Amino acid sequence: MSAETPTAGTYAPKPGAAPMGRMITAQAVFETKMLLRNGEQLLLTVVIPSLLLVLFSTVDIIDTGSGDAVDFLAPGILALAVMSTAFTGQAISTGFERRYGVLKRLGTSPLPRWALMTAKTLSVLAIEVLQIALLTAIAFGLGWSPHGNPLSVVLLLILGTAAFSGLGLLMAGTLKAEATLAAANLVFLLLLVGGGVIVPLDKFPDAAQSVLGLLPISALSDGLRDVLQHGAGMPWGNLGILTVWSVLGLGVAARFFRWE
Amino acid sequence: MRSEPVAHPSPDHHPSSGRFASPPLIQITGLVKRYGSKTAVDGLDLKASAGITAVLGPNGAGKTTTIETCEGYRKPDAGTVRVLGLDPVREAAALRPRIGVMLQSGGVYSGARADEMLRHIAKLHAHPLDVDALIERLGLGSCGRTTYRRLSGGQQQRLALALAVVGRPELVFLDEPTAGLDPQARRATWDLVRELRADGVSVILTTHHMDEAEQLADDVAIIDAGKVIAQGSPEQLCKGGAENTLRFSGRPGLDIASLLKALPMDTLAAELTPGSYRVTGTVDPQLLATVTSWCAQHGVMPDRISVERHTLEDVFLELTGKELRG
Repeated sequence: MSAETPTAGTYAPKPGAAPMGRMITAQAVFETKMLLRNGEQLLLTVVIPSLLLVLFSTVDIIDTGSGDAVDFLAPGILALAVMSTAFTGQAISTGFERRYGVLKRLGTSPLPRWALMTAKTLSVLAIEVLQIALLTAIAFGLGWSPHGNPLSVVLLLILGTAAFSGLGLLMAGTLKAEATLAAANLVFLLLLVGGGVIVPLDKFPDAAQSVLGLLPISALSDGLRDVLQHGAGMPWGNLGILTVWSVLGLGVAARFFRWE
Repeated sequence: MRSEPVAHPSPDHHPSSGRFASPPLIQITGLVKRYGSKTAVDGLDLKASAGITAVLGPNGAGKTTTIETCEGYRKPDAGTVRVLGLDPVREAAALRPRIGVMLQSGGVYSGARADEMLRHIAKLHAHPLDVDALIERLGLGSCGRTTYRRLSGGQQQRLALALAVVGRPELVFLDEPTAGLDPQARRATWDLVRELRADGVSVILTTHHMDEAEQLADDVAIIDAGKVIAQGSPEQLCKGGAENTLRFSGRPGLDIASLLKALPMDTLAAELTPGSYRVTGTVDPQLLATVTSWCAQHGVMPDRISVERHTLEDVFLELTGKELRG
């Protein structure tokens, strides 16, 4: 077909949505591709956690208590990886998708909104699997010896993802894209320092500790540490905190998210 | 002048006649939409049938709000909107696969390449167009590996058009599809819109280019202050909205009274300056023939005979006023 002689009937209407499973898969694959292509996102989700893990495990900067530093740090860095993807990365990318009309554009496509959010979640989980594989490999290289029940770990990671996704989407769906960019990075930095990721919470004053311990990042890093470093069973307290954050975050985001 | 809306053209006006038994593509009754204290759409009625319908109006007239209500983006404060017989909000899931929407700007992941984005949207549809053919047809092949944010305005515009049609919709909404395009790209877009119609796709078009509406539309609706103030084919609007003029020169002092007797009732004729004549009224082929045959009977050679027909732009300005809108 050339531009001069278009075939009659080329555009004859034949509308229809692709099967739901195919649409969700296509959307998840596409979003994952976009995230992996974005240099700033990779810096946040891959480079920074890897560097922090290597740096603080090999250089004695912070007193991480008895035992190998990597045994303390690896669970915290895994929590940081979840936060970087589910919260910071998702908030920034979704904020700019909203700003650039991508969410509006998809609003008249056959893909329903719930399916778009499902695809976003799958994409976040896919990135997390890659992050965890990489960070685990690095940690093993640094002499990490994890303990505990893998099921507890998976449950913590999933609830952590849900909690951070709710907060990230709340930010992306209500603030301006530039504000989301700034705020998401600021929150990332603050929670990195004050959320028990690389600095043990017991370094903070008692009063601060009880508040900081309720943060989703603290609940996730502390829970992962209980299991992976100390071989605890189900860290019910931390799972409870993450569940409350998930319900609150996702609920408020669903209520206030603006698509345009 | 605020004329009564011109009657909707009879269905046989459309090239695709024989379809007039089907329900209207779009049926809007008493649509009201407010943003805070501002009323954007104020009891608007609009019916669009198969073919190309152009929606014209000054900035802030309520065009975009009306179109976005049809697309399901806005919920009416009052009135009913039916698109392909469906409620765009309550029956969105059924409607979305059947329509294509071209946004004025954006709508694409900033890190995506044109072909990637098009392929992705195609995957959301059951029977999409051949993406490669569409890329070639719209000259998007030259975009290569360039990401969306680095495409030229014209390329972004053509990609937006491609995204609207790739799912093989029955109805396409095009929001100022040629804004900012060079003349070649504009022609290419017009050609594609005509091909869409020829293949049975209906088009709702908003535009600020009156020539675009005149060239493409079967039906034109002019919106002002949140209401449809005139609707009809471009020909009907040009004929009905304003009077047209015929001028000629001849020897001075022709018998105007005799000429007027030959002309239809509502026609005016005058000798403006000696030897320069003007006839005002509904200037159609019959009127032209009447004038020239009257001249022939009176041995007058009508020099420099010319017909000044009102363009859609004249009608538009007459209906919506010439002053600038804030």
